[in-house]
Amino acid sequence: MDKFTKVTGVATPLMRQNVDTDLIIRIERLVDNVTREGLGPYCFEQIRFKPDGSEDPDCIFNQEPYRDAPIILSRENFGCGSSREGAVWALKGMGIKTVIAPYFGDIFNNNCFQNGILPVALPIAEIEQIADEMKASPGNARVTVDLENCTVVSPTGRVIPFQVDARRQHAMLNGLDDIAQTMSAKDKIEAWQTADKTARPWVWL
Amino acid sequence: MGKALFDKIWDGHVIADLGNGFVLMHIDRLLLHDMSGGKALKEAIEKGYPPAQPRLTYGTPDHTMSTQPGRTEKTYAPGEPLILSMRETTSAYGIKLFDLGQDGQGIVHVMGPEQGLTLPGTTLVCGDSHTSTHGGMGALAFGIGSSELVHVIATQTMVQRKPKRLRASFEGALLSGVTAKDMILHLIGELGTAAGTGYSVEYAGSAVRSLPVEARLTLCNLTIEMGARTGMVAPDDTTYEYLAGRDYAPKGAMWDRAVAHWRTLPSDPDAEFDREHTIDMKNVAPQITWGTSPEHVIAVDRAIPDPSTGPEEKRGAWEAALRYQGLEPGKPIEGTKVDWVFIGSCTNSRISDLRAAATIVKGRHKADHVTAWVVPGSVRIKQEAEAEGLDRVFLEAGFEWREPGCSMCLASNGERVPPGKRSVSTSNRNFVGRQGPGARTHLASPAMAAAAAIKGAIADVRKI
Repeated sequence: MDKFTKVTGVATPLMRQNVDTDLIIRIERLVDNVTREGLGPYCFEQIRFKPDGSEDPDCIFNQEPYRDAPIILSRENFGCGSSREGAVWALKGMGIKTVIAPYFGDIFNNNCFQNGILPVALPIAEIEQIADEMKASPGNARVTVDLENCTVVSPTGRVIPFQVDARRQHAMLNGLDDIAQTMSAKDKIEAWQTADKTARPWVWL
Repeated sequence: MGKALFDKIWDGHVIADLGNGFVLMHIDRLLLHDMSGGKALKEAIEKGYPPAQPRLTYGTPDHTMSTQPGRTEKTYAPGEPLILSMRETTSAYGIKLFDLGQDGQGIVHVMGPEQGLTLPGTTLVCGDSHTSTHGGMGALAFGIGSSELVHVIATQTMVQRKPKRLRASFEGALLSGVTAKDMILHLIGELGTAAGTGYSVEYAGSAVRSLPVEARLTLCNLTIEMGARTGMVAPDDTTYEYLAGRDYAPKGAMWDRAVAHWRTLPSDPDAEFDREHTIDMKNVAPQITWGTSPEHVIAVDRAIPDPSTGPEEKRGAWEAALRYQGLEPGKPIEGTKVDWVFIGSCTNSRISDLRAAATIVKGRHKADHVTAWVVPGSVRIKQEAEAEGLDRVFLEAGFEWREPGCSMCLASNGERVPPGKRSVSTSNRNFVGRQGPGARTHLASPAMAAAAAIKGAIADVRKI
């Protein structure tokens, strides 16, 4: 997994509720022979592009200074819906490193941590204020998300703490591989399975 | 203090406590489908991790092939490589594949319970958010992403943090025209799409106890639409009657042992929940969604909501939803002209769903301007329906009768509702573009969808 320590950059206010993973990446892009790394151009295509394929200038992702922003600000329930991990790969392909929202879809949240993208949960009032600070600046506003200290620094320098599971924080800071960690408990897994074959033999076909 | 159904299954599967609230948990069943199955197996193998327990792993294609009569994997060319890759990788490791054209093939959340692969008290995962469906059998089932899928293939375990517990109790008898689909849509309408985030859900109450297994599967299917990854109904005699004799269910003395164990699983009377919500079935009418989130739902005899009178924090979303859907606030939703009807998906494609739709359709004809599809959930359901003559009922009414698959629920096989067209669908998501770019989706029960096809407009099934 990719490491994540700290990111500083422009934060795009995509201030809508229930941004679902269908909106982030259309399912056919995951059927077509597009590589994970190649999904960036299709991220949010339904709002970035008009039906004729041209850029929609009203979409914030097509406006300066947000075009190459590494941070998204959003409202409640970001990443709800389908379990498709392609949504995270597409965000990554678009250059997104972290998403700040009041809370996230549970499966999307897990998928982020598997790919070095940090989902940061903050109260909506804080997010709205960061969005206002971004919009009020002439384009030089920057937000910092620091995983080591678990803080977000707003464009005006306000330091806002956030919480993250200690286990996930450690894994992300060090880029740890989940499977390798689990494999180190192989003996325990086998012992559990041996006992279970006696206790619940009907499960073992 | 007593234990809840959820805790009994969860605690029984903990291999190791990893600290900070995380556990290493055993997974009893891994189901694979074509969107991610072949790719995940390949990735695991390339990383040096062959499947840990191929005999606990099962696969079937459902997402990326055409549902056109006579289809093969070639009919929808973009899906063919995914199906071929799944075939290759499962065969190389002895994983049972219910392949195209074979007995048992179907939508993964339909064929799992149907084959008896889904058992009460087991942990079951699949790379699909509607895996919660299997909770209708009393299994702890949840959807996972691709990386987690590779982890399960490699280790037969998952690293998980225990969610909180929410119990939703439905009390009373189902009123006329009301189905499990209406119950769960009503609940999502009351609680919102995020009420279950961070929770597991147990569905309880007299109305749930009265539901047959297929309806319980529908109920649990939409759990993810209120944010929870897993939803379950305690196993009972209804469950055992459904399961007995199915291909992969235990048999003979082993069956008796299993049932004795399953009988210990229901929540103890003094089990505690982090949140409780009760629904009086007197208040549940046939439902229809009006917007672009499953929480945008009303009883079919109500008016389309007016954002200016709605909750302030939802106004923007409601306005955007009405714009996308091309609807006027304040007008009755009944009578809204419909172009497409889709009866299918892991929510509502089982034999009882098809029978309910056929009851409405029999002796009638669809409206001329409507395209209506019936996509059975599995090969077995299709055969059963044909043996009962349901295919004739639909065909004579001008519907298309198709092959099993996910089809127009998510349009991953190119089967789409055209841009700007309005569909009444028995599926689970009315998101922007879900059924195709620009498609306008209204979620409803199979009988309601059938009624819409006949009337050519959103219709109240109680009046037919």
